[in-house]
Amino acid sequence: MIIVNTETVPGHEITALCGLVQGNTIRAKHVGRDIAAGLKNLVGGELKGYTELLTEARREAVERMMAQAQQLGADAIVNVRFSTSAVTQGAAELYAYGTAVKLQRIGA
Amino acid sequence: MEAIVGLLCNCGLPLFLAALGLVVGKSVEYSHLRSLAQREEALRSMIATNLRRAPAGHPATSGRLVSGSVVIGSDYFKTLVAGLKKLIGGEIRSYERMLERARREALCRMLESARAQGATTVVNVRYETSNIGGIGSKSPPMAEVVAYGTALIG
Repeated sequence: MIIVNTETVPGHEITALCGLVQGNTIRAKHVGRDIAAGLKNLVGGELKGYTELLTEARREAVERMMAQAQQLGADAIVNVRFSTSAVTQGAAELYAYGTAVKLQRIGA
Repeated sequence: MEAIVGLLCNCGLPLFLAALGLVVGKSVEYSHLRSLAQREEALRSMIATNLRRAPAGHPATSGRLVSGSVVIGSDYFKTLVAGLKKLIGGEIRSYERMLERARREALCRMLESARAQGATTVVNVRYETSNIGGIGSKSPPMAEVVAYGTALIG
């Protein structure tokens, strides 16, 4: 499955739209890494534990989005957007959405 | 005597933490800026653009989503200074620098990931910044910056 955030896929032509697909996940961040991050917040800088956590969560959201697209029989997801929001204190929602499409190679 | 001990107990810890934040925070910031400058130099041949599509005539046959993210936190000293600055309003430089560093770091990571996949151009780059620290004075600001775009393959 090709995933891009442009409106078209280079070298391909969009032959059919399958519709909007989305994936989300909510992660609580104050688990285990809380204490280390709290200490890190005294001196500033990157909070590696949280970076990893959110990267992992975003991958999960993308995978859920891909599963939806596969169900629709799509070849690619175009115009993908990410969004993150703090829903309650200590939990973040990672959200990915895009348009599932069917593709054809140009010149094939 | 008791008054002095009491005063130290009340003010000592915040003062120590502020000093720690100032000294360690500054050194962390400088080493980060140095590493950023080095990596940006190494990535000079990579092109990142927020144009929405591949330039006409680009020989790409496909694209792939690449992203880079970073969570950055403020230090105790910065939080303290920003708290004071908020009383009179105006520009909060320390937070500006913090977010600028985070954006550069995220872009570097995205470009490094694109390079690892054999691409030299990333189009339609977007930044997304979100506050993941809690609300209120008890929790120091923490922000996630993610940069993502489409790496041109082929």
